[in-house]
Amino acid sequence: MLRMSRAMGKKRMFLFTFVLLVLVVLTVSMTGCGTQAKAPEPQAKAPETQAKAPETQAKAPETTGGQGTQAGPQSIQIRGSDSEVNLVQRLAEVFMEENKNVQIAVTGGGSGTGIAALIDGTIDIANSSRPMKEDEINLARKNGIEPVPVRFAVDGVAVIVNAGNPVEALSVTEIGAIFRGEITNWKEVGGEDSPIGLYGRQSNSGTYVFFMETVLKGDYSPQMRNMGGNADIVEAVSADKTGIGYVAIGYVTDGGKVRPGIKPVNVSKNPGETGYSPIILENITGGKYPITRPLYQFLNGKPEGAIKDFIMFELSERGQKIILEQGFYPLTDEDKKFNENSLK
Amino acid sequence: MALAGVCGARRACKDERGSAMHNFKENMIKRFFMLNGLLSIVILLGIFYLLLSRSLPALQEVGLKNFFAPGYWKPTAFATPQYSMLNLIRGTFMVGAGSLLFAVPLGVACATYLAEVAGSREREVLKPIIEILAGIPSVVLGFFGLVVLSPIIAQIFGLNSGINALNGSILVGIMALPTIVSLAEDAISAVPQSYRHASLALGATRWQTILRVILPAALSGIIAASMLGMGRAVGETMTVLMATGNALAKPGSFFDSVRTLSANIAIEMGEVPMGSIHYHSLFFVGLVLFIITFVINLLADIIFQRYREEF
Repeated sequence: MLRMSRAMGKKRMFLFTFVLLVLVVLTVSMTGCGTQAKAPEPQAKAPETQAKAPETQAKAPETTGGQGTQAGPQSIQIRGSDSEVNLVQRLAEVFMEENKNVQIAVTGGGSGTGIAALIDGTIDIANSSRPMKEDEINLARKNGIEPVPVRFAVDGVAVIVNAGNPVEALSVTEIGAIFRGEITNWKEVGGEDSPIGLYGRQSNSGTYVFFMETVLKGDYSPQMRNMGGNADIVEAVSADKTGIGYVAIGYVTDGGKVRPGIKPVNVSKNPGETGYSPIILENITGGKYPITRPLYQFLNGKPEGAIKDFIMFELSERGQKIILEQGFYPLTDEDKKFNENSLK
Repeated sequence: MALAGVCGARRACKDERGSAMHNFKENMIKRFFMLNGLLSIVILLGIFYLLLSRSLPALQEVGLKNFFAPGYWKPTAFATPQYSMLNLIRGTFMVGAGSLLFAVPLGVACATYLAEVAGSREREVLKPIIEILAGIPSVVLGFFGLVVLSPIIAQIFGLNSGINALNGSILVGIMALPTIVSLAEDAISAVPQSYRHASLALGATRWQTILRVILPAALSGIIAASMLGMGRAVGETMTVLMATGNALAKPGSFFDSVRTLSANIAIEMGEVPMGSIHYHSLFFVGLVLFIITFVINLLADIIFQRYREEF
């Protein structure tokens, strides 16, 4: 009451109403977009696309201007791994260029989030940088979903430090001890006398789980900062002279060059051995770099139609070339055999 | 105002005719608004019930004591899971209190300026701008904190990393600012003119009047405003999630990374297997957060009601 009676009252009410109106309009347009979000691009090209789809044409030839709600473009929903999101986005873009009737939406959120969404049946493909756990598979089957794993790329998890850090190489043992919080000063591993700032991911991350199980084999130090994504870790380590973090290899380089402010350390299996850089292809394919992993996609049942086309595109020579361009690595023979088994 | 006056007069004319239809309408409208009021209570109770019922399995399995025992929050531990919420609660209160330390002096000074010093034109410009602050999406503020503010903090205080409780406190303080300014300004404006006149007549300067007469008279409103701001700060999620680093260790100072209750829920809810102990524990975390914000808001209300000066 008080506010209303003041001289400002009318003006503020006007402003308030205005903001409310804007909000309402925004909400309405956004819910409108929600259904269209799957197919924002082909809108302009809709007439052509639909002309190709015989069903739609027969049903409603005059509604070409609107959204193809009936048979329209096929849409594929992909969610999960933050490490994979940019890579899969790029693959999807190239694929959509050539298959205009397919719409692929790729979102991140972490491997755990993607797997949870696959279990709930809300997406078609879950990106995951770790294998599914036993209880996750059981939970999915209980929901009538049969997870089928596909390996589509290889990742070398890079351990990055600030570009100004003199430490060039670390062993897996040392890295484990650093992230468990047992080594807390850089001088213990041949660096300057300064505390170590730990940057890791959050528990919904596949990289977090992978790193914990293969490198730490124990719990992360409670001092570790839990960052939301690979890019956040790169950002934080480039700002912190004492920082160390782990990210998917695709986030270390940009157009073939290491991003400014950070430096991937060379990693050896045991202390005292030669360390190998993760940004050199031969070190990964030759099995010299010790922290590598396949990147997974989980499907619901054997793929069919557009999903199958997309998976085959990823596994094709062209798909693998794009993966290499994006800073990740192509599949090994073992991975290919795994896929044959899985998709058979 | 003139327009409103005309409308008011017209309505008064209609009322004089006093039809039964009109009374009926009036009643229906009254009922409608009462139902709306009740609805919020029903929703509140519903949320409380949901949180309680969902967290019961965790309470049975883990035990209330273990949630508050010394240790860490690590339900997805490599070896043995732990469910201690102590550090999360510490983090929550640090960010909440820190944001108040930042926002209350700034907010009250700002409100005093708006209510006592600024001319009507300045007020007309400033007030909407301050309210726009409330409209900044929290994720944008969080990104700002991560990329811009944290390096500045690191530089000023000579730290290795500015991703810490201080960073989160400042950002959440910015978010709480509009609430505090707007409510504190109302409280200050509510101080009757006669107080000002009396003070000035006794020879006090404007500064003395504001500091010794008006602010003390508006104190209960200012405290209530601050507590409501704190309620907002404690529940804030996205900004804190991005800006504080979310480390699980016990924070020693504002320069340490902290994890708040709300950030913890946001981090883990997306991937937790439904029905697991971890899942139910997160509901318990939510329940504790709910109780904390409820108590803060309740205290704000009590202070406001009890100590309100009746002018």
